[in-house]
Amino acid sequence: MSFNLLIFVSLCYVAFLFLVAFWAERRAYANGARWLRGPFVYTLSLSIYCTAWTFYGAVGYAARSGIEFVTIYLGPTLVMVGWWWILRRLVRIGRAQRITSIADLISSRFGKSTSLGVIVTILSVVAATPYIALQLQSVTQSFAVFATSGGQVWERPDFLRAAAWIAVGLAIFTVIFGTRSLDANERHSGIVIAIAVEAVVKLVALLAVGAFVVWGLAGGPGEVLAQIESSPISSFETPGGRWAALIFLSAAAFLCLPRMFQVLVVENSDERNLQTASWAFPLYLIAVSLFVLPIAVVGLERMPVGSNPDLFVLTLPLAEDQGELAVLAFLGGFSSATSMVIVSTIAVATMVSNHIVAPIWLNTGTQGASMSGDVRRVIVRARRVSIAGILALGYLYFRFSGGGAALAAIGLISFSGAVQILPAMLGGIFWRGATRVGARLGLFAGFVVWLYTLFLPSFGAEAVMSQAMLDNGPFGIEWLRPQALFGLVGMDPLVHGLLWSMLLNTAFFFIGSAMSFPRPLERFQGAQFVNVFAMSTDAKAWSGSAAPAEDLLIMAQRILGGREAQTLFQRAAQEQGKTGYLPDVTPDFIVRLERELAGSVGAATAHAMIGQLTEGAAISVEDLIAVADEAAQILEYSSKLEAKSAEQDITARALRAANEKLTALSIQKDAFLSQISHELRTPMTSIRSFSEILRDMDMNADDHRHYAGIIHDESLRLTRLLDDLLDLSVLENGQVTLHEQSGQLSDLIDRAIGVSGVQGSPLKIVRDKGREKVALHTDLDRLVQVFVNVIVNAQKYCKADPPQLRIQAHRFNGHDVVDFIDNGEGIAASSQGMIFEKFARLEDDGKAGGAGLGLAICKQIMDRLGGDITYLPGKSGAAFRLTLPPAAAKPQTSELLATQ
Amino acid sequence: MGRRVLLIEDEPNIIEAISFILSRDGWTVHTHEDGSTAIDKVRAAPPDMVILDVMLPGRSGFDILRDLRESAETADLPVMMLTARGQSKDRDLAERLGANHFMTKPFSNQDVRDQVRLMMGEG
Repeated sequence: MSFNLLIFVSLCYVAFLFLVAFWAERRAYANGARWLRGPFVYTLSLSIYCTAWTFYGAVGYAARSGIEFVTIYLGPTLVMVGWWWILRRLVRIGRAQRITSIADLISSRFGKSTSLGVIVTILSVVAATPYIALQLQSVTQSFAVFATSGGQVWERPDFLRAAAWIAVGLAIFTVIFGTRSLDANERHSGIVIAIAVEAVVKLVALLAVGAFVVWGLAGGPGEVLAQIESSPISSFETPGGRWAALIFLSAAAFLCLPRMFQVLVVENSDERNLQTASWAFPLYLIAVSLFVLPIAVVGLERMPVGSNPDLFVLTLPLAEDQGELAVLAFLGGFSSATSMVIVSTIAVATMVSNHIVAPIWLNTGTQGASMSGDVRRVIVRARRVSIAGILALGYLYFRFSGGGAALAAIGLISFSGAVQILPAMLGGIFWRGATRVGARLGLFAGFVVWLYTLFLPSFGAEAVMSQAMLDNGPFGIEWLRPQALFGLVGMDPLVHGLLWSMLLNTAFFFIGSAMSFPRPLERFQGAQFVNVFAMSTDAKAWSGSAAPAEDLLIMAQRILGGREAQTLFQRAAQEQGKTGYLPDVTPDFIVRLERELAGSVGAATAHAMIGQLTEGAAISVEDLIAVADEAAQILEYSSKLEAKSAEQDITARALRAANEKLTALSIQKDAFLSQISHELRTPMTSIRSFSEILRDMDMNADDHRHYAGIIHDESLRLTRLLDDLLDLSVLENGQVTLHEQSGQLSDLIDRAIGVSGVQGSPLKIVRDKGREKVALHTDLDRLVQVFVNVIVNAQKYCKADPPQLRIQAHRFNGHDVVDFIDNGEGIAASSQGMIFEKFARLEDDGKAGGAGLGLAICKQIMDRLGGDITYLPGKSGAAFRLTLPPAAAKPQTSELLATQ
Repeated sequence: MGRRVLLIEDEPNIIEAISFILSRDGWTVHTHEDGSTAIDKVRAAPPDMVILDVMLPGRSGFDILRDLRESAETADLPVMMLTARGQSKDRDLAERLGANHFMTKPFSNQDVRDQVRLMMGEG
């Protein structure tokens, strides 16, 4: 097997993963293939717990320490089987609060605290770095194994070069699929599927190598058992303390590792997936660990003395000339490493962008940063840079730690860093008395002790800490010795560090919580987290607001993207009994909006952004009295009341809107006659006056022709007006006959542009014809009439220089829509409700020649065709959204009639 | 002769018609199209009479008339209102606000000519 061929195979494998991920994203976008989000894919995605460390390192671990490696699998098994209720609670909270990462969870629970988000983020970056280095190292080593077996000699620079290339490749893959969807909060369907595929590959690879070892080399299960019995492995003893510590460590890490939180909670699409995972994932772990001991024993026996047991999975098949099997094993290890690195970097990059970059950006910007800047681009770019940065850190760690230490040791140190989050997390979701101060103190203490006792010594003596310091303590202070803190001598360094860091962490957390008093928002979030199963209704965290709905919409569009924001606002308006895209800004609505934003930028940033717009409307102590402590008891009663009053609210709001509209309509009816009189008399005046001039006065031929021309133009204007009036009255009475034909949207827009006469005018039309391939079956002439009207409006009223009209076709909530958006000044919010009424020409537009019937006709036509036209607020210029008539509506009804 | 009429009106063809009729009759006609700056125009170069349309961009002719009557310099300026709405309540309002004459569109050219002469004291 040549080395180049191996590189080719790995590239093909990566390309295959690319295709799978790409396909899955497509399917997820089209809302197809529910199994992509089902329990088995979810279970397989959890297997990123099994990294290259598990794949290669478990065998090495077993060769060095015997059965102790099992603890790494026992922890997660205990969690899945015995502690699934903690997971269920986390998943429920995660969905209710739109949690984006474990840092977001902690920050959100403790009053949407920015500082806690920062602490957890830094902790996670530091803890994840050695682990990522570990993956780079294992992939590099596995490449080296092949290279050396092919006769090459790898020196250190070769290792470094290979590791650098692997890091770059992983960064590119992660950036492409981890930040591809511009909506930062969307789950990563592509990545999850790729991981599930990798989970299968690594399992198959391990089982294949195991089966080969047992049946191919050792001669059957009985022989293997006998060999294990007689090998030194079975005589290794693990002290009970270390045994318990390791089980606790792996169980806690399973809950706290940023990447595990990502797949367990953030990517979880259905709480029920947990039920399946609770038995299926332990089975996966058992399958993965089945052949670890046999491979270790047979490897120790057959491989030359001194060969690295961490690589037996790879070197055994190679030594036996099983090239294909070795490649499969290589791909298994490659899968383990890449899936872990990808998810880890996504999880940590999300934290960095939401908890460090976004707050800095929000604070350095001017007062209205949430309104003016392009938030999404900042967030996505920050995420991309963070992904590259984290991989670079991993590479640097690999480079400077020498890459020599046994894999398992680094893994455990990394685990112990991550589990420092455990007290704050469990305390936060089960104990209402936990406070921000406690969480901050505990995390800080745990982090510092971990750095001092485990992380810094892991670089080896003389790297960061001198041998003298390790032996005698800093400045000779004995009780501060990193591996014998407070005089606790003779303990396993890992157990020692874990014990002290968790002990101090927990103690500080409880003491800090007991001594401090929570702020209102903290108390409020505490109640929401601890009572997540009882609190089905949302209590109000905002008390009314003066923020205009349109400003909120603009901000939401910047973060969630136009489609999501418009859907959210439209649905909220509908629920309030209103039409259009601007709901009343109620406290309920603000809470809901904040939660949606939190799904993109994290709770703390979302809260700060809403705060900027709704100044002074934040929750007060008085608002909290109701929810603080007795909430659970009065909940049932109050939720019934709330449902009732919500109903009344909707009715009242609908009535108020209807009443306002009626009043306005009756005023309009009076105005209608007066308007029609005006519109008819104006052209009539010119006609009468100039005809008298022509009749009574002498003039030259040029003037004569000129005045006759005016009479002609004005009589055309009169005719047009009468046509419009007639058209409108026919449409309003429903006497219109539709001539349905089939056609394509882009052709219709072409026609409309041709008819409207904008070609050659300064108005520039921007369209994407590729998106206009929509088949239509409706009255095409009527539809073109509407397009022409909207285009001509832009031509008349858009005063920008140079004027521009964007025509964008896309899918929105299951309908084909076309947006017409110009770059003018738009229409004032106060007028938006009336523009589709007759003669609703807006105030000072006396110069434009239209009679103000155009949009009323458009509205009538779209209603008749089964589509709709609405004004789209929150764009910079005037924007109209045309919902096209559904193409298949007609045949269905005729079929129904036929069956009857 | 040569006395100045200020025509405040926003329909280009009507401006052209009235200007033509009055120039032929020997008046100097100035025109202004915007309601919001009409008062400034009157103050800057006081005309001998004003023809004022009701529906103007920026500001209604009634508001302009009210302002003219409230200011001492223009309280007695002859003003003829023009409107295309032609309802009686508009006529009443124009008279109450102190318009010297109220003319409905469409008008006959002869009426315009006669009325201007009358208001300029040459009827």
